[in-house]
Amino acid sequence: MSGASSDASTLANPRELDLGLPVSYLAEGRSVASWLFTTDHKRIAILYALSITFFFFIGGAAATLVRLELFTPEGNIVGADTYNKLFSLHGIVMVWFFLIPSIPTTMGNFLLPLMIGARDLAFPKLNLISWYLNMAGGLLTLAAVLAGGIDTGWTFYVPYSTVFSNTFVTLAVLGVFVSGFSTIATGVNFIATVHYLRAPGMTWFRLPLFVWAMYTTSLIFVLATPVLALTLVLVIAERTFNLPIFDPARGGDPILFQHLFWFYSHPAVYIMILPAMGVISEVITCYARRRIFGYSFMVYALVAIAVIGFFTWGHHMFTSGMSPFAALVFSFLSFIVAVPSAIKVFNWTATLYRGQIGFESPMLYALGFLGLFTMGGLTGLFLASVPIDVHVQDTYFVVAHFHYIMVGASVSAYFAGLHFWWPKVTGRMYPESWARFAALLMFFGFNLTFFPQFIAGYLGMPRRYYTYPPEFQVWNVLSSSGAAVLAVAYLMPLGYLTWSLFFGGRALNDPWNATGLEWRTTSPPPRQNFFGNPQVLAPPYDYHPEATPPGDEPRIAEKGALT
Amino acid sequence: MSAGGDLIEKTAERHLREPWDELGLAGDRAFAYQRAGATFGIWIFIASEVLFFGALFLLYTAMRLEHAADFAIAARETNIVYGTLNTALLLTSGLCAAIASQASEQKGLQRLTLWCLGATVLLGLAFMAVKGVEYREDIEKHLLPGASFALKEPTTQLFFGFYWLATSIHAIHLSIGIALVVRLIWKEWREPGFLFESPQVEVAMLYWGFVDMIWIVLYPMLYLDGRAG
Repeated sequence: MSGASSDASTLANPRELDLGLPVSYLAEGRSVASWLFTTDHKRIAILYALSITFFFFIGGAAATLVRLELFTPEGNIVGADTYNKLFSLHGIVMVWFFLIPSIPTTMGNFLLPLMIGARDLAFPKLNLISWYLNMAGGLLTLAAVLAGGIDTGWTFYVPYSTVFSNTFVTLAVLGVFVSGFSTIATGVNFIATVHYLRAPGMTWFRLPLFVWAMYTTSLIFVLATPVLALTLVLVIAERTFNLPIFDPARGGDPILFQHLFWFYSHPAVYIMILPAMGVISEVITCYARRRIFGYSFMVYALVAIAVIGFFTWGHHMFTSGMSPFAALVFSFLSFIVAVPSAIKVFNWTATLYRGQIGFESPMLYALGFLGLFTMGGLTGLFLASVPIDVHVQDTYFVVAHFHYIMVGASVSAYFAGLHFWWPKVTGRMYPESWARFAALLMFFGFNLTFFPQFIAGYLGMPRRYYTYPPEFQVWNVLSSSGAAVLAVAYLMPLGYLTWSLFFGGRALNDPWNATGLEWRTTSPPPRQNFFGNPQVLAPPYDYHPEATPPGDEPRIAEKGALT
Repeated sequence: MSAGGDLIEKTAERHLREPWDELGLAGDRAFAYQRAGATFGIWIFIASEVLFFGALFLLYTAMRLEHAADFAIAARETNIVYGTLNTALLLTSGLCAAIASQASEQKGLQRLTLWCLGATVLLGLAFMAVKGVEYREDIEKHLLPGASFALKEPTTQLFFGFYWLATSIHAIHLSIGIALVVRLIWKEWREPGFLFESPQVEVAMLYWGFVDMIWIVLYPMLYLDGRAG
């Protein structure tokens, strides 16, 4: 790109159509207050992006220390108590302040109105409030860490968290409780927006799959989060007022806590994966230049995962002494939920078939997602089988399995989406070769970190200990080395994406030649998103119906600042 | 009808918010749409609240199944007079809230709307006052779970743990409801005519109705168990 002008109205490419839109949302007000009191869904998305990035690196730092400690079988760096606090911090921050808000509150906030042709979310003020609630929750939890930490693990299991733990459980639990309101507010907002603010012609079965993913995720937000909220209230009440609710010594029922907790926390896994599936559907279609294979089944699969996901929580409790009949039912339902997941994987693969596949960085992340999600999903079937689950319960096998889904799949999809929509969000192009290198490094680093944990876990290495028998050391050295690679891979986008904000070339309105309403406006979009009222005339993913584009067109017409 | 049309046009102007004002619809249609959206939003939130209290009721069900006899003994210790009085107060407030919600949409019923909102707040406050008196009596009767608990049967403390928890969570919800209604009255006082057709009235009243319904479930759980037969 030659000399990008500072003039906001300058087009990246002189041949591009000047849409004549007002200044971008980034240029509208530059004071701090114009950000902190904004009701613009795009600015709120940026606020969320900043806060979750902050929490991601806090959680990541804790994980780094955990992996460093596990390099050797002995406890060299931290003691047992500190180790417990480190993995608890890692889990709590990563689950509640990074993974659950990650895609919905950043890309969802930014793109949902754009994709359906709306001006904003249905309740813009509520949207801003939800960011403040999220921050308040995060800071309360961080306050608990600064005050001395919390050692219960991210699950807050009773009676340990209520009777025995002497750490700052109440403060941390309160933080998670407050952030729950934030996700409920986001869920209500998204659902109302999809119901009421679709542009003319944007029928339910023309919605991009990302919007469907946001919609189904919001249903889980709204219907599962309150159960967690009540459960956390009970923990706080029991700790603070010495109520006997979960205390077996006084007639209370600790297993009830597990039921209530997992009634939320299993659907919460789908909160983390459904948005990722939405992102992947957008990215794969664009870089394969193909319509999505089986659109309606992709929608039904999202809905089915969201619904069935509510009835599988018992598979976290096979060893809690539940009746074998209950275990059988939960096991069966857990197998059933694999069916819609498999439909999605096969449909993505079928979308690639006879496509004009290119390996741009978002696509590399997306293909990484496909592989890692499949691995995570299939090992999930191991764990859904009662006998194997009992064998590997509380081992690194479980750790590896859920990291394949939550980190391998979800975080890959997060980065896929981040790179895919970066030009739209910031109006700048990132250095493509760096991005590709980071994508490959992340895939390699991830597998090196977590694949050995499957083996160590299957051989019997338990979770949550800071020391371990020396025979597991080889797997842990592999894993810790992988973690170092992974850390570099996560730091790289932070570097080159920040660089691109200042020195990247200006982005075209539609740098990937993608379909979808969000590309039919400027990059970055103006406050009002669109000029005039968009009308939708065709189903989504209107790419080439067959392998080749009409005529001699290049695969992606204008490559913008791609080098 | 031109005067009425004007009024509707003005109402739409006063209440229309982003992003509903930019749908490319005429003022009154956009406003009707915004109303529908706001009502829809609070229904979704109420669905969320149902799951919140659903978990609480599940807790009660599970504990009562395990300790039915002790729960009956403990439930006989609650004060049924206060409980019943409070049920009557809250149901009457719900009636006022429903009238306010309907009246706010009718021309010429602004005074009725305001009076009904006032009555709703007063009945809500009366509920809280009765609850306060009841709490004081409970504390004097040593019904707070802990070392000096009055009843001998061990798991009666579970019942009272639930009692304090459920009633205080309900009271927090009711306080939020009172605050919402007070805010509406204050808005009307600052800007007369605000309540007419305001979507906020129906939204607040739906929430109020929901809090009432929670009490209707809590009442038999806390006061009637152990007293039948």
